[in-house]
Amino acid sequence: MTTAAQPTEVSGRVDLLLRMYRQMLAIRLFETQVNELYTRALMPGLAHLYIGEEAVAVGICETLNRNDYITSTHRGHGHCLAKGASPDRMFAELLGKEAGYCKGKGGSMHIADPATGNLGANAIVCGSAGIATGAAFSAQRLGTGQVAVCFFGEGALGQGVLYEVMNLAQLFKLPVIYVCENNLYTEYTHYSETTAGDILTRATAFGVEAASVDGQDVRAVHDIAQKLVARARKGEGPAFLLCNTYRYHGHHVGDINREYYRSKHEEQTWKTERDPILNLRKFLLEQKFADAATLDAWNDELESEMKTAMEFAIAAPYPNVDKVEQDVYA
Amino acid sequence: MPETAVDRELTFAQAIREALAEEMRRDSTVCIMGEDVAEAGTPFKVLSGLVEEFGKDRVLDTPISEAGFTGLAVGAAMTGLRPVVDIMFGDFITLTMDQMVNQAAKVHYMSGGKWKVPMVMRTTLGATRRSAAQHSQSLHAWFCHVPGLKVVMPSTPYDAKGLLKSAIRDENPVVFFEDKMMYKLKGAVPAEDYTIPLGVGDVKRVGEDITLVATSSMVQIALGAAALLAEIGISAEVVDPRTMWPLDEKTLVESVKKTSRAIVLDEGYERYGVTAELASVIAAGAFYNLDAPVKRMGAMHVPIPFSPPLEDVTVPTEQSVFEAARTICGK
Repeated sequence: MTTAAQPTEVSGRVDLLLRMYRQMLAIRLFETQVNELYTRALMPGLAHLYIGEEAVAVGICETLNRNDYITSTHRGHGHCLAKGASPDRMFAELLGKEAGYCKGKGGSMHIADPATGNLGANAIVCGSAGIATGAAFSAQRLGTGQVAVCFFGEGALGQGVLYEVMNLAQLFKLPVIYVCENNLYTEYTHYSETTAGDILTRATAFGVEAASVDGQDVRAVHDIAQKLVARARKGEGPAFLLCNTYRYHGHHVGDINREYYRSKHEEQTWKTERDPILNLRKFLLEQKFADAATLDAWNDELESEMKTAMEFAIAAPYPNVDKVEQDVYA
Repeated sequence: MPETAVDRELTFAQAIREALAEEMRRDSTVCIMGEDVAEAGTPFKVLSGLVEEFGKDRVLDTPISEAGFTGLAVGAAMTGLRPVVDIMFGDFITLTMDQMVNQAAKVHYMSGGKWKVPMVMRTTLGATRRSAAQHSQSLHAWFCHVPGLKVVMPSTPYDAKGLLKSAIRDENPVVFFEDKMMYKLKGAVPAEDYTIPLGVGDVKRVGEDITLVATSSMVQIALGAAALLAEIGISAEVVDPRTMWPLDEKTLVESVKKTSRAIVLDEGYERYGVTAELASVIAAGAFYNLDAPVKRMGAMHVPIPFSPPLEDVTVPTEQSVFEAARTICGK
């Protein structure tokens, strides 16, 4: 997390790109281990992997301060990590362990962390749109200068509450950015079968500033996010950012046979031609901002870090059953 | 604070307004949001005068978007404000259900106790106002069913002020139900600051022969019935739990242990309603003292009809409670 990124300053820009590369890689390797936990039958329940969409969370969270707010989704691991969550406590939460971010009571879809401004991942589609808008309302009323980012998938476009809160946010000029991650599939259905008309005009109809971006290009995501966040922070009101992206895995880890809703060829094309990590790596090498050996070493380093974090979580104890009634009321 | 020592009377609506004004003066993070809450002061005029004192930044008119502004309040409560949301008619809580049930009620637990949601939803209940099926329901049982929420149902101006102040200061989401028909009811209310803790019931009338457990609008009905019963020599005790959750089980059970008979009255639908839970608490706690099965009286299982003679038979009345108590007492 930083506010120091200065795109015009070359060395600062290189540091930013390297940081974003490393963060995207960390998310991918974290998620790879999550899939591993599932296939080894070590994980209770399911998980919704963010692999393929890393540039969205990283490009946006890189423009935020630590105390800025985010809300996340059922596919939320990437957002939580990009906002500063630590992998060991994330894994512990995924396994329902006491050491997890929510003492094991939330699980994969509900990771929350006040220390990094994470108001919580949410398993109701569009469930956090009100919360993010309310956090922006507090920031404005209390004069804290914070902004709130509301991440949601394109499936949330089907929920009426999104339009209610965008109307409110524009009326009150709230510092909130609605980030629509269009990964093309609302669960097992192509979004074009569920979404009439145009997406951006849903926001501009309210007078909300709207933009779309290639969600596989972390540099582009970062640059547009920086503008929208700065604008919100200055009191110029909410924004809507459509990030066009792709979910490499199924709706969840158990969604293996996907050919009834999309082809392997389509998946392969995205993975080879539109991968956010491979493409940034190519750019970094071409521009001689990094050498392959360094980037490869990061890969090994992060892979080992994720394995250690996972082992920590596997070894960590479950909460005692006498904790079941704790935390119902504050 | 004994009500008899107070010589000032307020209406139920004035008591609500005074509680809000006092809390807004005390705590700058308290704000009100809802439809027509500012200059209009709500259609019931409960909030009249607040926008003049506290301004439009703290008394906010919202669009007709119950889910949207309730959701906004949840997020605002998590991040430093204490919003009081106004849902004009209790029937409209259906529009807020995801925000209250899946969000507000669960945030604290799902986050392992890290985030909290100190917000209040004020809304209304009660039939017999000739408002038909979508403006007359008493749906508080819906919220009573959800862990993480607290549910408050005051029956007097005194209780309304003290309970609302406690609700606003509470660290949890609290739903506060006000009987629309009670806004003009007058009662003694101290001018000074006082609170009534959530989870403490109150004996509204002391009696020996039968306990009438009554909530919100039904407390006045129970007191009226008790007066009628006194005329035929039946001494009825009226117990008001005041909050559905937390629930003061002890006060209910102790009263029925003394009287050996009980009727539970609530304006919500009788089937699967609040009366079932309260009757169960009594049956479990005072089983060996009971001389008769606990009787439940609530709204009939029909949409509230518009036509006055039809509407009037859907909810318990002084006369129907009187008859039921008389039968149970064998007189």
